[in-house]
Amino acid sequence: MKFFKRLSYVYSVLIFLFLYAPIVVLIVYSFNSEKSRAKWGGLTLDWYRALFSNSEIMRALSTTVTIALLSSVIAVVIGTMAAVGIYNMRRRSKMAVMSLAYLPMLNADIVTGVSLLLIFSALGLRLGYFTLLLAHVTFNIPYVILSVMPKLKQLDPNLYEAAQDLGAPPATAFFRVVMPEISPGIVTGFLLAFTMSIDDFVISFFTTGSGVSTLSIMIYSMARRGIKPEINALSAIMFIVVLSLLLIINLRSANDAKRSDSRPVSAGARASSR
Amino acid sequence: MEKELIRLDNIVMHFGGTEVLNCLNLHIRDREFLTMLGPSGCGKTTTLRIIGGFVTPSSGRVLFDGVDITELPPHKREVNTVFQKYALFTHLDVFENIAFGLRLRKVGDADCKRRVGEMLELVNLRGYDNRTVSSLSGGEQQRVAIARALVLHPKVLLLDEPLGALDLKLRKEMQLELKKIQQHLGITFVYVTHDQEEALTMSDTIVVMNRGEIQQIGSPTDIYNEPKNAFVADFIGESNIIDARMEKDYVVRFAGSRFECLDAGFTENEDIDVVVRPEDVDILSPGAGQLEGIVESSIFKGVHYEMIIRTRDFSFLVQSTDNQEIGREVSLLITPDAIHCMKKSPRPHGKEGGEEDA
Repeated sequence: MKFFKRLSYVYSVLIFLFLYAPIVVLIVYSFNSEKSRAKWGGLTLDWYRALFSNSEIMRALSTTVTIALLSSVIAVVIGTMAAVGIYNMRRRSKMAVMSLAYLPMLNADIVTGVSLLLIFSALGLRLGYFTLLLAHVTFNIPYVILSVMPKLKQLDPNLYEAAQDLGAPPATAFFRVVMPEISPGIVTGFLLAFTMSIDDFVISFFTTGSGVSTLSIMIYSMARRGIKPEINALSAIMFIVVLSLLLIINLRSANDAKRSDSRPVSAGARASSR
Repeated sequence: MEKELIRLDNIVMHFGGTEVLNCLNLHIRDREFLTMLGPSGCGKTTTLRIIGGFVTPSSGRVLFDGVDITELPPHKREVNTVFQKYALFTHLDVFENIAFGLRLRKVGDADCKRRVGEMLELVNLRGYDNRTVSSLSGGEQQRVAIARALVLHPKVLLLDEPLGALDLKLRKEMQLELKKIQQHLGITFVYVTHDQEEALTMSDTIVVMNRGEIQQIGSPTDIYNEPKNAFVADFIGESNIIDARMEKDYVVRFAGSRFECLDAGFTENEDIDVVVRPEDVDILSPGAGQLEGIVESSIFKGVHYEMIIRTRDFSFLVQSTDNQEIGREVSLLITPDAIHCMKKSPRPHGKEGGEEDA
């Protein structure tokens, strides 16, 4: 018995090693003072320092962060409104619209990217910051709908009526009662959208123009000129940021599931569907 | 009693193709405790929601104090509702839940505090101000929902099966308490339930509904003692409903025998229904009564025994404090005041409709 227990332990360690070894190597090498990957020259923070003094990378960082923030905020507004609208539809059309709303998430990024590129050029939009933002809003909206919808389903259907009954006009009833009740879903949706936006490479690559790049595009173009230790450092930072965001989202979902005794919906599982 | 406060005028309601209310006419008086009673799907909750303003009738008018409010949205109506599952705001504490309506009306802090305090006192929840809603038991949540609706001093309180989720003991307590609150405040309560006992305990007036139509309106004693048709008799309490023929005034024939009764005004030899309540049948020794029968079963119910006694043409349900052995021959006596004659009506189907109301 003890033997099997130990065996399963070894097995899990192996799996995690398999999954995380590449990232661990990346992070370790980002601290290697030797420029070559073949040699270990001791610990250093030089590459991180170089990163932060590189104005091009800093510009890409600010693009990434502002695009992520703006696109998530816009997606939260549109997605929440969409979720409320879909929730109040009749059952048949609700199912149809829900599947339509989720489809873009399962769509291959490359297809989304190319089709967005097509529509932008058909509309005569110059590729750049604005098209990049539009693209991110587009692929973020389904994540917001996905997080808000379960909250709406948990809502006591009489809640909105109760607020009106106590004297709130419809809009007030929505903002003072429905919004606060579904706010955990909205926040989760925002975090998820933010993470997806930072994470994205393929769609950004197709929808941005000259001079505007996100961090992932930056890493890609740098890597084409050969992997430099700065890239390791940059990738390590991105990995840590996305990992912590996902941890926060999952913890929130877990707490929420505990509180409402509903089916736990793991945000990690959702995120991996892309 | 008091003057008329709410009038429902020829209300028709259909959802999609199904007719939920069929030309409903009802008036509700000031300060009365009115209960709408019926099986699930009878239209009682829809009627309540029409008064609250959450649905607009397909046709017909709703008058409040003589003013047409058919199209008035709920937030402008002088009625408040206690919802079936309470519908409390979980992001607010008990105090803010009750103060919600006051805050919307821009009532000052001091006033707010006083009025919420009064309400907490009224529903026996003093000191609960800062508790979260989710930390309360079902009964306590129920009280908060009542306080939240009453704090606005509505002229009418609508209650949609508010006690359905509570256990039996708590439900009985709350029934008495609700009646007390209603009398103390002197406002109108419109109460919806499928529980006939609840309706009989609390109401001044009971409106029995079935399939979108009102079957009978009356006081609890009227409804119990003088049911208008077989549906009402069957839905309210236990009863023996027997096919009968009115031979002439004050003489009715059923179960193979002729009985004297107190009813008149039917056509001669009209086919009617007769209701005999099980507690009104007397059991005598063989030969001493009007109908001979055999005890088929007997169940102890606490206060009384409930027996089924088979006579030649009909099996009677009889309640008595004296038990009779199964298989024993007995004789039944049904006195004239125990017999209630009713016009024939379509046989009731309500009871098998289940107890849960949608």
